[in-house]
Amino acid sequence: MAQIVWFENYEPTDVAVLGGKNSSLGTLLRAGLPVPPGFAVSADCYRKALADGGLSGELDGLIAAVDPRDPASVAAAGQQARTLIGSLQPPADLAGAIQDAYAQLGERCGERDVPVAVRSSATCEDSPDASFAGEHDTYLWVRGDDEVVRHVLRCWASLFTDRGIAYRLERGYGRVSAAMSVGVQQMVRPRAAGVAFTLNPTDGDRSQIAIDASWGFGEAVVSGEVTPDNFGVDKVMGTITRRTISAKTLEYRLTGGDTVIAVAVEPERQCVPCLNDEEVLAVARLARRAEKHYGCPQDVEWAIDGGEQDVLLLQSRPETVWSRRPRQQGGAGIADPITSMVQTMLHPVTGGSHTAHS
Amino acid sequence: MADRFPSPFEMPTPPGAEGWQDLYAYSTVFSEDRKEYEDATFWFMDGVHTPEVIPPWDATILEFAIIGLSQYNTRHYVIPPALGVDLRFLNGYMYLSPVGVSDPEEIGARVPEFAERAGYYFQNWDRLYAAWMPKVRALISELEEITFAPLPHREDMTVITEGRGTGSALDLLSTYSRLVDLTLKLWHYHFEFLNLGYAAYLDFFGFCKQVFPSIPDQAIAKMVAGIQVDLFQPDDEVKKLAQLAVELGLADRFAGSESAAEVFAGLQGDPQGDKWLAAWEQASQPWFNFSAGSGFYHSDKVWLENPDIPLGFLRTYIAKVQRGETLERPMESVIAERDRIVDEYTDLIDGDEERATFQAKLGLARTVFPYVENHNFYVEHWGHSVIWRKMRDLGRVLVAADFIADPDDVFLLSRHEVPEVLFDLYHGWAVGVPSRGPKYWPKEMARRNGIMNALRNWSAPPALGTPPEVITEPFTVMLWGVTSESVKQWLGGAQDDGGLTGFAASPGVAEGPARVILSADGIADLEEGEILVAPLTAPSWAPVFGKIAATVTDVGGIMSHAAIVCREYGLPAVTGTAFGTKTIKTGQRLRVDGNTGTVTVLD
Repeated sequence: MAQIVWFENYEPTDVAVLGGKNSSLGTLLRAGLPVPPGFAVSADCYRKALADGGLSGELDGLIAAVDPRDPASVAAAGQQARTLIGSLQPPADLAGAIQDAYAQLGERCGERDVPVAVRSSATCEDSPDASFAGEHDTYLWVRGDDEVVRHVLRCWASLFTDRGIAYRLERGYGRVSAAMSVGVQQMVRPRAAGVAFTLNPTDGDRSQIAIDASWGFGEAVVSGEVTPDNFGVDKVMGTITRRTISAKTLEYRLTGGDTVIAVAVEPERQCVPCLNDEEVLAVARLARRAEKHYGCPQDVEWAIDGGEQDVLLLQSRPETVWSRRPRQQGGAGIADPITSMVQTMLHPVTGGSHTAHS
Repeated sequence: MADRFPSPFEMPTPPGAEGWQDLYAYSTVFSEDRKEYEDATFWFMDGVHTPEVIPPWDATILEFAIIGLSQYNTRHYVIPPALGVDLRFLNGYMYLSPVGVSDPEEIGARVPEFAERAGYYFQNWDRLYAAWMPKVRALISELEEITFAPLPHREDMTVITEGRGTGSALDLLSTYSRLVDLTLKLWHYHFEFLNLGYAAYLDFFGFCKQVFPSIPDQAIAKMVAGIQVDLFQPDDEVKKLAQLAVELGLADRFAGSESAAEVFAGLQGDPQGDKWLAAWEQASQPWFNFSAGSGFYHSDKVWLENPDIPLGFLRTYIAKVQRGETLERPMESVIAERDRIVDEYTDLIDGDEERATFQAKLGLARTVFPYVENHNFYVEHWGHSVIWRKMRDLGRVLVAADFIADPDDVFLLSRHEVPEVLFDLYHGWAVGVPSRGPKYWPKEMARRNGIMNALRNWSAPPALGTPPEVITEPFTVMLWGVTSESVKQWLGGAQDDGGLTGFAASPGVAEGPARVILSADGIADLEEGEILVAPLTAPSWAPVFGKIAATVTDVGGIMSHAAIVCREYGLPAVTGTAFGTKTIKTGQRLRVDGNTGTVTVLD
């Protein structure tokens, strides 16, 4: 059993022990996409540590007794489970392996005690990707090998957040099979960051890439705390089709103490586009590569590192809103050319360009 | 913001232009007896084809063009939502008003007829289009064969010996009449396919916009555009001649600034030079029947008669060849890029049925598009060049008879006056007395020239009358690019910051100094890296696109010449800005964004 799997060594068969989020990062890196480097701690380590610590049976029992319709019962079981895991001492060999890998990562990034994100990546026997956004914990700006090991354990415990328990029960993923893999990934210090959809979320136009971007960390965009700059890019022509610059009043910034806080953006920078045209196109190309790799519309998180100008891909997952929408009966357009031409003449279509930049 | 344009009846006659109405057909000017209709109608100036004052005889071709368009819509194909286009001249400028069919029941009743008639053309397009080319070439040959000669002192003996029984003046009158008829026929041919072609193209366009609401217009145009387009052939011929000049070691013979006549005289007699001159001769027929303007004015310079124009381009190309640059348009990469664009959009369409519809519509659009792209060379360039040339020959006959001083004065006559003038000439010749012409026309021509000059100084408003709330008449949008947005823009004027918006006609962003050029004569002033700002551009300006950085035009949509040529040359273009030449000054630094259709003045 491999305890540590570097993202670039990921194989599709690893998904059972790495969970959805880590597998996704591994897949993207294997596809040659610029994902910040890192490694995953296998879910087998979680299982072994629990077994070694004699907790497996106890945890299974706790969850088996939960009444999913009773929030109080979920909360009580979650609390107990998290305490149990919190009391666990990490197995020495695992701690050693994590520390070695972390040291290697530091070398690769040219920075001892490189700051990392420690992320939960839950897995189930029934469903390799048993996570749902925000159910489990992610810790940012973790530095130092002891801290990394400590946060791996915190991620383990977050398998039993109330929401996590409820979600798995609701989905019928079984009561005992969930496990937690953990990803350790270099932190980026974004000058600007945001999300990109490989379709236009307002009308489902698949030829477009929609980019929301704001200053600093992507959290401001994801949480909806700022009105981001919005760009549209035609993915075939590689041209910018829409630019809406908004007043970006707030940004998440890194402080000296490795904490990320929301601060007000200086007034003179609020209405400055946070991406130039080349950067907009670079983000779009990256999103398009992710979409081509997966063969379906994607919803990606990206960042432009403050130091390097390269766009980094932080996450890519299938777009769900338009992709799940049932297709219109008969589809667009009238196949019969004459009928269709009459309709076209009755409702002449003009160049969209006059309205594209309002 | 005003909600209507000035009434045509509020428009004052420019000082010195009094009586201009008499130079145009009585049915084509605004009049009190039709005031109720004319005042309630929306008229826009056709800046696409005629941005300048239209001399009286030149109005002939415009009337024929508009009537050709109209009759095909109304009487041939029964276009369901559209009848013809009404036309008026005001202060020498042409205003148009396309007539829609608004009653849904009537539209519905026209559909089956349209389906039968247009359907026949679509189903038999290849065969019918194959017949078009020889047909139009035969018509142009007929025009070429026309000769106008002064009336002879005596009828030739053969008239007697062959017992012909008719005289030369009848030939003169009937030849003029044939010239007019052939001109009308040329415009029938022009519209035989054009509106059907546009309809099929726009059907594909509309489908693309439905599936991909934000697809850039130029992406759709690129999927349909042809690879070999006759409209680019004149430019290609000049490139070949440049290549040949270098191959034959003649490059330095073009290095100076001598006129074409001087350069050609210098080449004569030299074996290599003669070889090159033969190649020039061959290329020029028919390809140098190419107008430096829109082709709708007799004053538009045609390459054949103004070889200094292609010579200027030739020099630029020779310099490029000598620098080791390739002149050929990269066909393979153009084709590969077109295929890539089609493949990628196809892949983005959900569902086999929709993909099949996309392919079918693209297929039809590509079938009809060669006509849309090519007809312009045969009609507006080649055909018109011959018509202007023959009319000038007729002008020479009138000069020889002392009716007028300059052959071009013939264009100050309306087409209905010409037979009257010829009859006056005939009368004097037949009776053996002086015609009235030499006493009458010199003074009248001076008056008319004065009127034309006064009209040239008038600034024609972009539109007249009451605009509809929404522009829905398809030909207003399809052929002239006039939309609800452009009407709003005309009513509101330019943006406050001096910036302009228009059609994103060719992608890319460029910055550079502006060069405002109001007619073809000015294109020689263009310098490397400048941004061309013009009312519109003509295909024959193509060679200057090798040195400019971007193009901005007042009129035209994404299918305008400027748009097509700029896409070809990979230059950003914003077309249809309405006010470009009025608000931008030569030398101002501009940023032209061909992706969004915006022009920003940076100074």
